[in-house]
Amino acid sequence: MLENFLFAVSQILSPANLLLLITGGIGGIIVGCLPGLTATMALALLVPFTFTMEATSGLIMLGGLYVGAMFGDAIPATLINTPGTPSAIATTFDGYPLAKKGLAQQALITNAFSSLCGGVIGTIVLLTLSPPLSELGLKFGPPEYFWMAIFGLTIIGTLASDSILKGFTAGALGLLLSTVGISPIAGDVRFTLGLPSLQAGIDLMVALIGFFCIPQILEMVETGAKEYHILQYRSERGIFWKTIRELVAKPVLLIRSALIGVGIGIIPGAGGNIASLVSYNEAVRWSKHPEEFGKGTLEGIAATESANCSVVQGSLIPMLTLGIPGSPAAAVILGALLLHGMRPGRELYTTFGDITHTFILSFFLGVVVMFILTSLGSKYFARMISVPFQYLVPAIVFLSIIGSYAIRNNLLDVTIMFLFGLGGYLLRKLGFHSGPLVLGLIMGPFAEQGLVQSLLIGKASGSVLKVMFGRPLSLVLIVLSIISILWPIVSAWRTRSVKEKKKEEEEYNSVEL
Amino acid sequence: MWRVKTIGALLLGLLLGLAVFSPALWAADYPKKPITYIIPFNPGGQSDLEARRQQPLLEKILGVSVVITYKAGGGGSVGWTELVNSPPDGYTIAGNNIPHIILQPLQRENAGYQTADLEPVALFQTTPIGLAVLKSAPFKTLGEFIAYAKENPGAITVAGSGTYTGHHLAYLQFQKLTNTKLTYVPFTGAAPQVTAFLGGHTMAIFGNSNDLVQHKDRIRILAIGSEERFAALPEVPTFKELGLDMTPSIDRGVCVPTGTPPERIKVLEKAFLTIAKDPEIQEKMISQGFVPKALGAEEFRAYIARKTDEYIEILKELGIE
Repeated sequence: MLENFLFAVSQILSPANLLLLITGGIGGIIVGCLPGLTATMALALLVPFTFTMEATSGLIMLGGLYVGAMFGDAIPATLINTPGTPSAIATTFDGYPLAKKGLAQQALITNAFSSLCGGVIGTIVLLTLSPPLSELGLKFGPPEYFWMAIFGLTIIGTLASDSILKGFTAGALGLLLSTVGISPIAGDVRFTLGLPSLQAGIDLMVALIGFFCIPQILEMVETGAKEYHILQYRSERGIFWKTIRELVAKPVLLIRSALIGVGIGIIPGAGGNIASLVSYNEAVRWSKHPEEFGKGTLEGIAATESANCSVVQGSLIPMLTLGIPGSPAAAVILGALLLHGMRPGRELYTTFGDITHTFILSFFLGVVVMFILTSLGSKYFARMISVPFQYLVPAIVFLSIIGSYAIRNNLLDVTIMFLFGLGGYLLRKLGFHSGPLVLGLIMGPFAEQGLVQSLLIGKASGSVLKVMFGRPLSLVLIVLSIISILWPIVSAWRTRSVKEKKKEEEEYNSVEL
Repeated sequence: MWRVKTIGALLLGLLLGLAVFSPALWAADYPKKPITYIIPFNPGGQSDLEARRQQPLLEKILGVSVVITYKAGGGGSVGWTELVNSPPDGYTIAGNNIPHIILQPLQRENAGYQTADLEPVALFQTTPIGLAVLKSAPFKTLGEFIAYAKENPGAITVAGSGTYTGHHLAYLQFQKLTNTKLTYVPFTGAAPQVTAFLGGHTMAIFGNSNDLVQHKDRIRILAIGSEERFAALPEVPTFKELGLDMTPSIDRGVCVPTGTPPERIKVLEKAFLTIAKDPEIQEKMISQGFVPKALGAEEFRAYIARKTDEYIEILKELGIE
């Protein structure tokens, strides 16, 4: 073990590998920045190049790219309200309001630092607890997926604080949209309007660009130059350390978010998008100032980014120990391992222990390098906002088209993106939020598959109720869902009683006076 | 001056005519520009991995770059629809997966393509489908499994990937041949399917050989769908040995749109077969749990015809088609 450790350190610090790590990382940041280009796609492109490299070097580069993307995706989320990857959905909730206030750089530094924290915590867990956690991950079966989806949907309560009814309407619309395409259980074709391309269903990233980016652009066009002047970037001295100090004062938030990320990363299929939304939801719940969320608070970004960075390591836990990739990106890395003749499982920790430990440890250095790069860059990224309005809008529209096409090389996706954009704009005018809608789109397939699979298994075993309600992990998720549903009511009641008390006190004081 | 132009135009026309009408020239001319290799699945899947393994070798043999693009969705149908709508000039090729390309047009009203629209080029890999249970399961042999299924109709849950897919057909065929009733639980892809099985959420699995090889320490493979004993799992009997006439498998190859000039297909066929016959590549495939194959266009076409008849029969008996 110690031998592997020392070997790993010497490997990572070799100049060639360091260079590969930085190159991969920069590539990842760029890919993460551009909506529509995913880490998975970039990893797959890189795999043939790693053939000619040593297995260690290839893996270091792949790892750097994967982590880099998680740092990069917050940048467009903050600056133009469009998540670079689905993992940064929740970053838009507070990132863009902050940018509007002229605090884009603070938001980006928060992103860099909390991603660093998430990455470090994730790597520690990956290094020390992989085997027991992957066994625990196997306990997550169809009923748990169903309840996870239900728990996920309760986040609507947080996202739509102004009108729960509108939130649930948007959520239901998202669930309906998730049914387009080949049905996951029966295999039949649903709501494709006779278009063969629609058999692929609606891609999350296309919906994100449509619902988040286009309405924003339309609004910018509508308000014209007035809005643009508000979006000025203000530079400030000592901003870096000030922001870091503010974040370091919230260790619980950062650690909790990172652990949520690792936990959800382990579950196959559930990735950064779910982790970041759940983590955001918990941040609101435990915050002393829940009313500030959505209006631009660093806490919101910290929760999201810490979680979506630790998902990277979480998704590698079942991949390295069992050979089950926790995310599509982990699947590509698994492929690279296999092509290099390494089989996941015990072998990876014994025969190939040196390579595996080098790969894991490279994440420590990887997140530090990314942290330095994105913090240094934050000043320049933030200035992008100050690009004149008449150049910025066409550029964003151009990127939206390229991005929604690139995700699946499908022209229909561009049409869908524009339709969603117009729809999203109208919905926003009517007071609906895009967040719950996208949440419905994410959770729909999990809920549908989990439910039908559980019913099939329940029927075969003789008791549907026992399968749905009788399993310990399911019960935990059910309890969490109930708490999550009741929480807004409880907290409303609590703040009211606090206010009343204050009022009473004030009245009392005034009487005294 | 005018004359020179006319002669030039005539010459150009002649050359063009030659180019169009002379097959020999076509072949010599091909390939001249990058070839697009459509993978109708997501990056990271087995089809992608094979294409990535072939890519550098293909480029070396063909002398042009090979660009892999992903057109995932609908279990592959989106990618194949794209292929059949591309010009049949040999510059757009796609992964060709059996039974997907047979079952989708059979089962869906409008899959976007027909099996006959895809011209087979070469088949390079087979993944036999096996039936497995956890080591802790009470069944030691296929016989015991069948006996239990007969006593308890519908009680055994089997994890598979998708509906109207290789796994689903294997399940239907198994029920028919053994006269049993199982409960098929479809998952979306190998990762969730294998997780559910290893976690004990289903009692058995119809899984791809490479997944079974990966987890062989934890599971007991009751039978496998290869024609002969499978190199990576020599101790596992085949369904055929045990008296069940079934060889369920997923096959990977490559195809072009129908109408592609035969000379160009020949060029592609030769390139893919050269790679498929490379001993080093074959050895790697075996160790990962695959059966390397090297079927040319003719054999591949015959294989598709044979499988189509087999599937139509199964679906007809169940009244599905």
